[in-house]
Amino acid sequence: MHDAVIDYDKQMGMENFHPSLVKGAVGINSGSLCDAEVFGAAPKITARGVNFYYGAKKALNNINIGFSPRQVAAIIGPSGCGKSTFIRLLNRMHELVPGTRLEGEILLDGLDIVSPACDAAALRKRVGMVFQKPNPFPKTVFENIAYGLEVNGVTDRHFIEEKVVDSLKKAALWGEVKDRLKDSALGLSGGQQQRLCIARCLAVEPEVLLFDEPCASLDPISTAKIEELILELKREYAIVIVTHNMQQAARVSDRTAFFLMGDLIEEGRTDIIFKAPRDRRTEDYITGRFG
Amino acid sequence: MHRHFDDELRQLRGELVRMADMAQSAITQAVEALKNLDKDAAQRVIDSDVGMDSLELVIDDKCLDLIALHQPMAGDLRFITTAIKLNAELERIGDLAVDVAQRAIEVADKPLLKPLVDIPRLADAAKRMTGQAIEAFVSGDTALAKKVILSDSEADELKRRIEKELVYDYMVKDGSTADRAVPLLLAARHLERVCDHAVSMAEDIVYMVSAVVVRHHPEELK
Repeated sequence: MHDAVIDYDKQMGMENFHPSLVKGAVGINSGSLCDAEVFGAAPKITARGVNFYYGAKKALNNINIGFSPRQVAAIIGPSGCGKSTFIRLLNRMHELVPGTRLEGEILLDGLDIVSPACDAAALRKRVGMVFQKPNPFPKTVFENIAYGLEVNGVTDRHFIEEKVVDSLKKAALWGEVKDRLKDSALGLSGGQQQRLCIARCLAVEPEVLLFDEPCASLDPISTAKIEELILELKREYAIVIVTHNMQQAARVSDRTAFFLMGDLIEEGRTDIIFKAPRDRRTEDYITGRFG
Repeated sequence: MHRHFDDELRQLRGELVRMADMAQSAITQAVEALKNLDKDAAQRVIDSDVGMDSLELVIDDKCLDLIALHQPMAGDLRFITTAIKLNAELERIGDLAVDVAQRAIEVADKPLLKPLVDIPRLADAAKRMTGQAIEAFVSGDTALAKKVILSDSEADELKRRIEKELVYDYMVKDGSTADRAVPLLLAARHLERVCDHAVSMAEDIVYMVSAVVVRHHPEELK
C-alpha cells in the first residue's frame, strides 16, 4: 500500500504537473474540516466511507470527514499515509491515474462529485488546487490569470482585466507585479510564482481551495506570505492544506486531521490536536517519536 | 525511536528534582531551626536560598530554549509548560522556608511558648506533599497527584488548629505571649502556603499527564 501511495506523485507527474493538462483544473479551492456541532456550519465538502485503491492495493480506508466553509483544515501525516491521495480525490485529480478505484461518497454542497453525472471540469472550477511546486504557464503574468477565464469562455476584455487585478490583489501579489504584467511569469521568484498560481485559481471564483504542500519549495519569507494569504482567503473559501510542517499546520488551520497508513486516525480542533491529542499515534507523530 | 530531545527533557526533569530536593531540605532545616531556637541554622537556610534562585533561572532558561529550539507539541509541550510552573512553585516554597527561618530568628532569643507539636506535623505534611507532587511529576502518576490535592484539607485543618490554640489558649489569655505566639502563627501560615504550592504543582501535573484541567474544577478529581 505504501509504495503505491508514495509512487503516486510520480505516477501523477506532480512535480512537473501543469494545470493546463487537466480539464478545468485552473482554480484553487479548499474547505476546512467541519464539525457542525462545534462550528454550527454545514460542511462544504464531506467524505463518507471513502476507500481508494491503486489497482488491488488499498490506499485509503473508510475515510469519513467534513470540511466547513471559511475554515482552514490541515491534513498531516507521514509520507505515504494517503493525505495527498485524499486531497486529490476532492477535485477528482485521481482520475488521471489509470487503474485507480474510488468507493464511497464525496459530497460538495450535498451533491456527489464522484458520480459520472458530475462534470469534472465544472468541479475543478469550484474546487481548485495549488501544488507543491509553483507551476505557472510560460506566459506573461497577465496571461496566466486570464487563461482560466478565457478557457471558461469569458471574452469581455474589460471584465478579464478587472478580474486579473482583483485576483492579484486577493493573492497579495498586485503590489509586486503591477508593473510587470507583461513580463514572463517564469521570471518571478518562487514565492511570487506560487501566489500567481493562487491568483490564477481565484480568478475563476472557486469555492474550495486545496493546497498540497504549497510552501515545500519556498523560503521562510515566502512561506510566511503564503500562510498570511491562506488566513486572508479563509474569510471567503473553504481551505484544505496538506503539509508536512507541523508548525505550519498549527499556525494556519482551525482543524487538523492526522492520517496514517491510509486511515484517518484523528481529526479535531487544531489547538487540541497539538496540545492534547486523543490518540497515542497522533501524539507520537507530532512529537517526532514516530518511527 | 530515540530522540535527543528526550535527553534534554530528562535533564530538565533532573534539574527540577534537584530544585525540589533543595526546597524540601530548606523546609526541614527551617522547622528544625524553629524547634531548636537555632539562629545559625536559620541563617544557613536564608543564605542557601540564593542557590534555589540561581537554579530557578537556569531551569527557566532551559525551558525557553526547549520551546524556542524544538517547538514542542502535545505531551512534550505540556511537560515543559508544567516544568515552568513547577519551577516557580518550588522557588516560592524556598522563599517560604526562608520566611520560616526568619520567624525562627525572631523567637530564638526567648523561650518557646510551648513545645512544638502541630507545627512540625504541618511541616511534615508540607514536605510530604511537595515530595509526592515531585514523585508524581517524575513518574506521571495522576493518582498520586490527586492524593496531594485532596490532602490539602488536612493541612488547612492543622493550620486552623494551630491558630486556634495560639490565639485562644495563649494570646487571648495572656497578651504578653503575643511576641512569641505571632511568629509561630506566621510560621504555620508559611507552612500551610507550602502545602498550597504543592497542590498547585499536583494540579499542573494532572494536566501534564492527562490533559485534564482539575484546577478550579474539583469535579474532575472524582
